[in-house]
This record gives sequence, C-alpha cells and structure tokens, in this order.
Amino acid sequence: MKYVDEYRDQVQAERLAQAIARITTRPWSIMEMCGGQTHSIVKYGIDELLPTQISLLHGPGCPVCVTPLEMVDKALQIAARPEVIFCSFGDMLRVPGSGGDLFSVKAMGGDVRIVYSPLDALKLARENPLRQVVFFAVGFETTAPANAMAVFQAHTQKIPNFTVLVSHVLVPPAIAALLDAPDNRTQGFLAAGHVCTVMGFEEYFRLADRYHVPIVVTGFEPLDILQGILLCVRQLEAGHAEVENQYARSVQREGNRPAQALMEKVFRVVSRKWRGVGEIPRSGYCLRDEFSAYDAELRFGVADYHIDEDSECISGLVLRGVKRPHECPAFGGRCTPERPLGATMVSGEGTCAAYYRYRRRQNDPRAPQS
Amino acid sequence: MARPPDFTANCPIPISTHDFVTLAHGGGGRMMHNLLERSVIPAFGNQPLESRHDGAVMPVAQGRLAFTTDSYVVHPLFFPGGDIGTIAVTGTVNDLAMCGARPLCLSAAFILEEGLPLATFDRVVASMAATAKAASVNIVTGDTKVVDRGKGDGMFVNTAGVGVIEHDLVIAPTQVRPGDAVLLSGDVGRHGVAIMAVREGLQFETTIETDCAPLAAPVLALLAAQVEVHCLRDLTRGGLATSLIEIAESSRLHVEIRERAIGVEENVCGACEILGLDPLYLANEGRFVAFVPAAQADKAVGILRSHPVSAGATCIGTVGDVQDKMVTLESRIGTRRILDMHSGEQLPRIC
Repeated sequence: MKYVDEYRDQVQAERLAQAIARITTRPWSIMEMCGGQTHSIVKYGIDELLPTQISLLHGPGCPVCVTPLEMVDKALQIAARPEVIFCSFGDMLRVPGSGGDLFSVKAMGGDVRIVYSPLDALKLARENPLRQVVFFAVGFETTAPANAMAVFQAHTQKIPNFTVLVSHVLVPPAIAALLDAPDNRTQGFLAAGHVCTVMGFEEYFRLADRYHVPIVVTGFEPLDILQGILLCVRQLEAGHAEVENQYARSVQREGNRPAQALMEKVFRVVSRKWRGVGEIPRSGYCLRDEFSAYDAELRFGVADYHIDEDSECISGLVLRGVKRPHECPAFGGRCTPERPLGATMVSGEGTCAAYYRYRRRQNDPRAPQS
Repeated sequence: MARPPDFTANCPIPISTHDFVTLAHGGGGRMMHNLLERSVIPAFGNQPLESRHDGAVMPVAQGRLAFTTDSYVVHPLFFPGGDIGTIAVTGTVNDLAMCGARPLCLSAAFILEEGLPLATFDRVVASMAATAKAASVNIVTGDTKVVDRGKGDGMFVNTAGVGVIEHDLVIAPTQVRPGDAVLLSGDVGRHGVAIMAVREGLQFETTIETDCAPLAAPVLALLAAQVEVHCLRDLTRGGLATSLIEIAESSRLHVEIRERAIGVEENVCGACEILGLDPLYLANEGRFVAFVPAAQADKAVGILRSHPVSAGATCIGTVGDVQDKMVTLESRIGTRRILDMHSGEQLPRIC
C-alpha cells in the first residue's frame, strides 16, 4: 500500500538500526509520547533492533489510558439515563470505571453507540430530537479539532439536544510534568506526530531549552520511529537539545492554523486530572462559557462528582515510564485485557495491553529488558 | 309478507395476503403453509423437502458422517457480495469441508421478526438456494418461527449440515505435526471490513465485497490428490490469528508465520489503517488454513490455486517442535512477535 509499505521496509529498517548502533556510545532513555507509537514499537518489535544501551520508555500518550476514573464514572452515569444516546469512540467502551464499563451499561439497557466521528453523534442528535445525544470527547490535541467542530456546528445549527463530555488533555504540559518529577528517567523525547500536525511544534522549543532535552517530532511507522530515535540519539551523543521534525511529510512548524483557531474559539485551557498521574496544571481543555450549553457535565449535573483512583494499579508509574508492565505483580495475572485493573491494560495503545498482547511471557527472550 | 333482505356477510374475512411477516406466519396454519409453498419449497426444490414430511429421509452413505450447526445473526442482512442467506449456507458447508467431508444436505431454520418484508425473506431464501446449488448441497428440511416485533433483528437463520467423509484421514488440530507447512487459501479481512463499512456507513474509494464462498471443492481436491491433510480450519470471526492460536493451543505446538506472505487487499489494508484494526483478526467467510506435510506443500498450493475460491493460496508458515502452544509472526521488518487472542471484537481506536 502506497505511503505505508515504504515505511515498513526491512532493509531500510536494518540500515537505520545499524546507524543508531554506530553512534551509540552510552546508555540513553528515550520516551515516545504517543500511544500510537508505543503500539507500533511493540507490534513491530522495533526495540529488538536497537542496541541494548537504548531503552524506550512508553509515555502517557494514550487518551484512553489517561482519562481519569471520575470522568469514566461520569460517562457511565450519563449513559445509563433512559433519555440519553451515549456516543463514544470504540476503545472507551471497555475502560473500567469504579462500577463497570460502558459495555455493561449497554448490556443493562443503556443506549451506547460506537461512532467514528463526533459529527456522526451530531447527526444522531439531529435525527433524534426527542433524545439527548452525548459525545464522549476524549483525546489529545489530535481529536480536539473535530470535537470543537461538532460543538461549533451544534451551536450554529441550534441543535439543543447535543452535548459533549469533555476530557481533553494536552501534550506539552505533560512533558513538563514528567521532566519536573524527581524520579524522571527520560533524556529525550519522540513527540507525537499527529498532535504536532494539528498544533505544530513551536511550543517545544521552550521545553527543549528549559529542560535541555532533545525533542524529535516523530511519525508512527517503523521507519519513522527508527529515524526519530536516530535523530534523538545523535543529539544526545552530541549534547544537543534541539527540536527536530522527522515527520515533515505531515507536520509543519506552525501546525494547522484553521484547526487551532476553531479549538481556540470553542475551548479554553484548564487544569486536568490524568489517570495514574494526578492533576497537571493547565493540561487540558474545557468548553468556553459561551458554549457551556453543550457541556454534558452541566446538563446532567455530574460536574461535582469526584473519586480517588484504585491504589493497586501501577499504571501511573507505567505511564510516566518509571516502571514497565512486567514489574507489576498483577500483570498478566489479576490484570489482563479481559479484566483490566487499570486503563493501560484496556486500550490497544495502552502499554500494558500492548505488552500483554505481544510479549505475554516474562521469560520470552524478546521481552524488553527492564 | 315482505321479502327478507339479502343476506350480507358483515363479518370481515382476515387478510391473508400481507406483504410483511405477521405472527400468523409462524402459527402453523394456512399462512405459514402458504409462506412455505410460495417461497421456500419452490426455491430449495428437492425430493425430501417436497415430501413435506416432519423430517428428511435419506439413504445412509458409506464412510463416516460429519455433522455441524451454526446460527447466523449478521446485521445488516444484506452487504456487498452477499447476505445472511449466503453465509448461512457457506458457513455450514465450510464447517463440513473443514472436517474433510463432502457436504450432502442442510437444514434451514428461520426466526423471523414480525414486520419483516416478505420480499426480504424471499430474497434471502433465493440466495440460500443459489448458494446451495453452487456448493452442490440440498436444503432438505427446515422450520419457521415468528417472534414479536422488537424481539428479533429482522431475521435469524440457523443451518445444520451433514456430510460424508470418504477417506481414512483424521483431520483435526491434534494431527498437526512439527514441520507441517501452514497454507492460507487467499487474502484476509474482506468480510470484516465489508460488514463494518455497511454497518457504520463508511465509504471507501471502491466497494469492499465479502469473500464469502463455499470451500468444499478445493478441500475435496486436496484429498482426491492424496495430500495428507493434517488439519483444516475456516477463518471466520476472530480471523486468521485467532484460528491459528486455537490450533496451536489444541495441538500444543508452536506455529510461526510470516506477515509478508499474508495477502491483504489494498482497500482492506487502507480501511484497517484508518480505523486502527489488525487485518489478521478480521472476519472472513471464504478463507481457510490447511496444515500439510512440508513435502506436499507445493503440490497442495498448486491444487488450491487451480480453484477460483483459493486462487490466492500461499504457504504462510510452518509448525515448530517447541511445545509452547503459541503463534509468532515474523513482521515485515524482520522482527518477531506473539499473536495473542483478542478478548472480544476489535474496537476502532481513537487516533
């Protein structure tokens, strides 16, 4: 397939891996920010090709994983209401809240539907004027423009029975929070290519400077990731801390300006809780006051609901790259994709699920070294 | 004396010519009888069915019998390249074929939801008849029930099938041996994407059609050519990966496959990239894997390729002698990973 096969070429992959090995003289820890990159690394076994000095840390870039428990609970409460059609992307349906998941709400009679775009949910609202249609607006900067567009259209087309449950988070504040943590091990970052396609990478220069870390905007195919690692290691070995763009076929420095303008119009920046990580200042979006009529939390009176996270699950440490899934006593035993304790075991992008799916055996020679 | 007025019947005669299914169609009376006479019996037309007996009576065949059943609840009822009727016949025919049997006859039981247009029912019956003919089987007995509106999804179909095994081979996961070649009969993932596209209103540049097809002919050809088939499995829900994992677990052996050898059509590949799905786990309705001795692999691939339904057959891997009950995949970039069974249906990813 064009634009895909050429980035999965074995000869090129080996060539890049050799180039990385040639320039690596010391151990380096590099974090890929995006869950899509983690998925690709584990699916293709990219880390098997790397010299042992390079360890890849899997960052908090899976939107399903970082959605806080209380937000999942709010979704469950709203979805169980008889007047509601609750719409979500598919992989949110299995995320465990404190009392079940959206699949169980559906099984008990809730009208829960998988959609592929928030605009599909808006269409449902138009077609079902007597029902309340709620879209679970989860994700990073990547999904925010489409969600902003849905709210904006609901507003201009005066669709009163549409609301969104907003749980948007932002990458740059998460990078800063990771680097501020005393147990931080990350020395370089692969920034998420799709987030940067929307936002550009202007914001990263400040981070690279302040924390003296290289940040390489990186794509998702095996060759993208290997090339991103090569650029990152080259900087680390030379003591540089610059922002580079490996994913130039999709990302421009200024990003997608019209998308940013729409997001700016609909959302404002607020502090957000991240599942397993805690609250990070100015790390997410909520609706601006002029769009508060479309806020599901207000319409269904769940804004004041709060709950603490499960204490057994170490997903927070996994999300911050401090621990690996194998180091969790519950991994593969009490915690599996069928019965996940924490969100990193739920989504295909979640680090624990990816490890479970592709490297279940701890004694597998291909299991990553911790 | 005045003449009495003419007698007029003012008691209404029940309507018996609805163009949709009513509860009366399942009541065992005249309407059900009419439904069968009008649509089912002419379409399936064969001697045991036309005898209108409680069951089909047939002579006993030589050899061993294979017997299987499956229920079909696919939604939507119609999709590019097929419908619930086509898969209700091919699914059961293929299960018989995977036992190494020559499919002989099927039963068909319909659970119809009140309000289903009769034209829809007729269309499904017609495609069952056409598919049965293509697969050289007769539908010899059946049943019809009607449920209240809202208690069914239009229609459900159950088929059961009987086939005859005309050879002495035991074809089962337990027969898989270290060194066996793993053959795949064609590209994977088309049925899963075709259904998802219709169900979710997804549009691609070209229409992706189901691969739904009866598989008995290529299987019988392998057996006729004395290929020592160890195991066969049609790839339905759960796709290629799940089928291979099931076989690895039952045989307690290790299966190693090469991603590069597995065909995925470009438009299926594109849909998977967009939706975040893995084609190895997508449903198929016309593909199977065969485990055969390595020495006969080339011959078997040649035979499979001479049949249109398995023209894209390839050897995708081998069985190892490690007893770890696992399937590993050599990726396109040359690395290896474990294929694991998914816990449920694949869910499209957020981004």
